[in-house]
Amino acid sequence: MSEKLLEVKNLRTSFFTHLGEVKAIRGISFDVEKGESLGIVGESGSGKSVASLSIMKLLLYPGKIVGGEIIFNGEDLVKKSNRAMMNIRGNEIAMIFQDPMTSLNPVYTIGNQIAEAIVKHQKLSKREANKKALEMLKLVNIPDSEKRIKNYPHEFSGGMRQRAMIAIALSCEPELLIADEPTTALDVTIQAQILDLIKTLNSKLDTSTMLITHDLGVVADVCSRVVVMYGGLIMEKGSIRDIYYEPMHPYTMGLLKSIPKVVSDEKQRLIPIPGTPPDLLNPPKGCPFAARCDYAMRICNQEQPPYFKSGNGKHEAMCWLLHPEAPGNESYEQLKGGVRIGK
Amino acid sequence: MESNEILIEVKNLKKYFTKNKGIVKKKIEITKAVDDVSFYIKKGETFGLVGESGCGKSTTGRTILKLYDPTEGEMLYNGQDISKLNKEQMMPYRKKMQMIFQDPYASLNARMTVSDIIGEPMDIHHLASGKERQERIYSLLDTVGLNRDHAARYPHEFSGGQRQRIGIARSLAVDPEFIICDEPISALDVSIQAQVVNMLEDLQEERGLTYLFIAHDLSMVKHISDRVGVMYLGSLVETAPSKELYSNPLHPYTEALLSSIPIPDPDMAKSSKRIVLKGDVPSPVNPPSGCKFRTRCRYAMDICSEEVPVFKEVDKGHFAACHLLN
Repeated sequence: MSEKLLEVKNLRTSFFTHLGEVKAIRGISFDVEKGESLGIVGESGSGKSVASLSIMKLLLYPGKIVGGEIIFNGEDLVKKSNRAMMNIRGNEIAMIFQDPMTSLNPVYTIGNQIAEAIVKHQKLSKREANKKALEMLKLVNIPDSEKRIKNYPHEFSGGMRQRAMIAIALSCEPELLIADEPTTALDVTIQAQILDLIKTLNSKLDTSTMLITHDLGVVADVCSRVVVMYGGLIMEKGSIRDIYYEPMHPYTMGLLKSIPKVVSDEKQRLIPIPGTPPDLLNPPKGCPFAARCDYAMRICNQEQPPYFKSGNGKHEAMCWLLHPEAPGNESYEQLKGGVRIGK
Repeated sequence: MESNEILIEVKNLKKYFTKNKGIVKKKIEITKAVDDVSFYIKKGETFGLVGESGCGKSTTGRTILKLYDPTEGEMLYNGQDISKLNKEQMMPYRKKMQMIFQDPYASLNARMTVSDIIGEPMDIHHLASGKERQERIYSLLDTVGLNRDHAARYPHEFSGGQRQRIGIARSLAVDPEFIICDEPISALDVSIQAQVVNMLEDLQEERGLTYLFIAHDLSMVKHISDRVGVMYLGSLVETAPSKELYSNPLHPYTEALLSSIPIPDPDMAKSSKRIVLKGDVPSPVNPPSGCKFRTRCRYAMDICSEEVPVFKEVDKGHFAACHLLN
């Protein structure tokens, strides 16, 4: 299971606007193993969506990958031509987006749109493709699918549209499914349905998933490993238990502490992260989080910290506090132990 | 801060929207957005209203402010029925009741400076002018944690969280008693949400405000509210003190809604049993007969389709509408 399906190495993506170069991603590295689901968490502007668009090479002008490698099944996607990418998109890597209404075409029926992807990528006849489309709709639990396949997107509810999107994405049996905030636009009860669906299909079809979201609850439910992004950089990555129970980076801790705890009975005050995220037009020289960090030291504003690994080697964080020569910070040590949610 | 005095009481509130349909045969389609809703809010407390989109929670809030005219029912403010007042008679009440909107991008006029936005309510109610007005604007900016030199700027120069602060300052400009917060944090980032929620709590403490907090984020509603009402398809299905509601939900819908909150704790997420509701919310134009939730309810019985369950007090302060409780 530990075979690497996708390996992103030092990826950098910028948008060349008339105001200057916006460095949306400033060197990130992570990998997705076969069959696993990786969560990418971050606030708006942290670069999490740009990362997924870079992998799909769907960046629009003026966005451009300026450096790094994206190794998918042993081949570097950064070097691939647009034509070669067309074979990979949909067939090997598929994507679902946040807003199911704007990502479906309103003038084609749902069935047509699923069949379109199948005809394009799998060289099946139209009739076979339609049969497959119906199967896909059944797979994503659309009730009355024989009738529903002839419906237009506006006749579907939000949850059903997202199911149809998942049907399109999975119709060509991709190896990697990128889900960019798939449930953000949906109600909680519908969100529960969609997350359940993604989880079951994952194990049924053996697809790897990259789930991009700002909701720490969704990640805890679906993913096995997490990457936390902030200011175009990866702040911390590790297994889900590492991140939620033993976070090392003050940003991760801050995120966990700023959400209300559903389980606890007493009314506690939330602990917000002060300030606002950095401006990526002029990213700070040091750690992007330094300006909002309670434990910032002088070096944090001067130099970008390297990654420090914890005991098992799979849990990494980018923070000077983890440097062996960093002065012991009592409140930081306390914080490290005290973030466990639900206790 | 809580007292036993009731500030707002809503009795059998109904708000129907009508739409003309059909070209040959004229038909009137009625959407029952709010259908017979009753609740009260005590002075100084926060009443949370939760539900899925389209359940009528925002319409309820807007109807209380008379941004919509109620179709039927009474709304008592300090014992005074305001449901039938006209625009002029409403003016003094408008000063006491304010609203914070969901979208900080759409709710601020892009052509007005921050100081004009905050000052407008004062102008309308003739509260202050000249130097005094300016002073009040500055002190409101201080209150919501913005700089005084922000006053001359335009909304586009601010981030989402800052804009929401401007919206809050505007609502405070007339020194209200009661504020309806309609999803005030759902457009904001996680780390910013906590900032705004803490500020709302502080303001409540300082000024003795009463809140109606409308949201779909159940964990945030639990955090901020003293009592919570759960709405489904235009009806209130359950109200209870927030601790009680979360620990002992009586209505099957509340139970399912609570179990579908994603818990940011991997161990608990794996161990907790989630009740996944089947299907979608039915259309409010043509709601199911009897109990509106019966089409998605796992305990539905025969009686559920025949009779509308009565909304009654099951435990002290804990109301619910379900046949299972008989």
